[in-house]
Amino acid sequence: MSDQILFAMEVTLNGLMAGVMYSLVALGFVLIFKASGIFNYAQGVLALFAALTLVGFQNGQVPFAHLINAIFGTNLHHFGWHLPAVVAIILTAAVMVLLAMIVEKFVLQHLVNQAPIILFMATIGLAYFLEGLGDIMWGADIKKLDVGLPQGANEAFEAVTDSVFGFGLYIDNLDIVATVVAALLVLSLTLFSQYTKYGRALRAVADDHQAALSVGISLRFIWVLVWSIAGIVALVAGIMWGSKSGVQFSLSLIALKALPVLMLGGFTSIPGAIVGGLIIGMGEKLFEFFAGPLIGGATENWFAYVLALLFLVFRPQGLFGEKIIERV
Amino acid sequence: MFYREAGDFKTSYVDDSQTFPIRFDRWRYYAILAVAFGAAPLLINDYWANAVFVPFLIYAIAAIGLNILTGYCGQVSLGTGGFMAVGAYACYKLMTAFPEVSILIHVLLAGGITAGVGVLFGLPSLRIKGFYLAVATLAAQFFLVWLFNKVPWFYNYSASGQISAPERTILGHAVTGANTTASAKYFFCLVILFALAWLARNLTRGTVGRKWMAIRDMDIAAEIIGVNPLTTKLSAFAISSFYIGVAGALFFAVYLGAAEVGEAFGIQKSFLILFMIIIGGLGSIFGSFAGAAFMVLLPVLLKNVLVGQLGWATDLAAHVELMIVGALIVIFLIAEPHGLNQLWRLAKEKLRLWPFPH
Repeated sequence: MSDQILFAMEVTLNGLMAGVMYSLVALGFVLIFKASGIFNYAQGVLALFAALTLVGFQNGQVPFAHLINAIFGTNLHHFGWHLPAVVAIILTAAVMVLLAMIVEKFVLQHLVNQAPIILFMATIGLAYFLEGLGDIMWGADIKKLDVGLPQGANEAFEAVTDSVFGFGLYIDNLDIVATVVAALLVLSLTLFSQYTKYGRALRAVADDHQAALSVGISLRFIWVLVWSIAGIVALVAGIMWGSKSGVQFSLSLIALKALPVLMLGGFTSIPGAIVGGLIIGMGEKLFEFFAGPLIGGATENWFAYVLALLFLVFRPQGLFGEKIIERV
Repeated sequence: MFYREAGDFKTSYVDDSQTFPIRFDRWRYYAILAVAFGAAPLLINDYWANAVFVPFLIYAIAAIGLNILTGYCGQVSLGTGGFMAVGAYACYKLMTAFPEVSILIHVLLAGGITAGVGVLFGLPSLRIKGFYLAVATLAAQFFLVWLFNKVPWFYNYSASGQISAPERTILGHAVTGANTTASAKYFFCLVILFALAWLARNLTRGTVGRKWMAIRDMDIAAEIIGVNPLTTKLSAFAISSFYIGVAGALFFAVYLGAAEVGEAFGIQKSFLILFMIIIGGLGSIFGSFAGAAFMVLLPVLLKNVLVGQLGWATDLAAHVELMIVGALIVIFLIAEPHGLNQLWRLAKEKLRLWPFPH
């Protein structure tokens, strides 16, 4: 086999892996959109916030140290302990649940029945707020996140492909872990929504708010629940992305990577988020590989959007979205 | 007491359909124009022009433009930053290619070019609706910024990849370049804003505006009563993009002087202008002004208080500012989802009855 084809194969594989990472973020969007019709722009910032909090707990940083020092002239920075990864993750998950409650109490509750664009803008405001809060709590410098996930090239895979094609294909261990985690996440979310009482309530709310209310489902509880789940999904995404490229401001921009995935897969479909992520990840890497050198490179910024746009012209509700029925 | 229709008799159709039917409103409008055109250019200094007035005037143009598309025609767009970049680069190319032509014509032509690009990216709106469309307009945002970054022709092959405005004059006064006085910048932007706002106000209350609003309220129903969705949506995209393109051209040529596309016209700009129209009020020209003023003044005010008064480090102040801006936006949306325009309307209702409300 020629080098070009092998190289394209490697690019495809890595694209698929990147797609899984996009899907992790897109999943959080879909969950919230399904259950409340809110287009939650803050999902990317939630991932950043979760990752920052996780690193902060692990390293025993003093929250708001910078602010306290500025006001009281003290010189705090660390408590001086290091928490094991598991404890830190559990604590962070608790923080995300708390955050969901706060968001429900102070934002969503007051915005029931508003136009979708108002809710969308409110989540952008929330994104700004959380971004500022995360930076003030834990500092804005780039942090290294290490929860003990394997990293680096997978040698077994390289050896196998080497013996088959005579050319070792490169796959990052972290990407394999991410794929497994994403699969587990989708599986458990599907099981949760199909076979548990709360899952049924969740689907009922997603179907029709008013009907759900009238059979006695507490909308507020469901919203807290769904925002908590989205927060924990964001934590998972934050761990994966943070381990890959460090915890920094640019992590919040992965929301922008997840949007075309959503468009392609449909805003309301969990499998759509996964399949959309795979298509986008593979498509943009292959396009960059083949067409990038001809037109100046860095096409990843827009290719996903243009692909999704062209796709939507033919199928306006996305790949797996519910058919849009319009009546007068 | 002063603010009521009583005694304001209308004897012709022209009187009846004027923009400000109440006499007090009319006087207030003339008074504001007199201050803005007569007094302010004499009093203005560099700090006030650069920090507050010039950005306010330019953002007001962009906000009116986006309000036409989103507020009047109901098509949510997140591509504003990209369209401003089109205006800026079109203006730059025209300025450098035809140095002898007046800058005013270049700015308007830049708006025209942006209108063309806007129509192109508006085409999918016939199929895609709601949030799908909002996300689809991000394609315009990212693609256009990438294009201006990667194709050297757009920035005349300059080594830094930046575009910088050469000096151009109107009636002997420099309006772009390093030698521009504060009042010249202010006056140039003010004249364009006045003309465009007047045009927008009259467009939105005529046939075109009514068609836009019909499409916004329910596009299928509008189609059934004979509004052509193709021409209506595309005209909204064209006119909105014209305004945004003019704003982009002014933002680059008059306000910044030199610009780098990703920094000056990134996605943050799209969100900023969307915030302006949401906070000001969707579907209102006054709201565009109020929202632009709010979003321009807020950071200036916060910076003065946090860095100037409390003496905090700038990075800490920037984070606190981000939190406060975010929180204020949420609080504002909760308190008054219809924006400043609604508050203004309520205030006027109260004033009509004042001082004898019962």
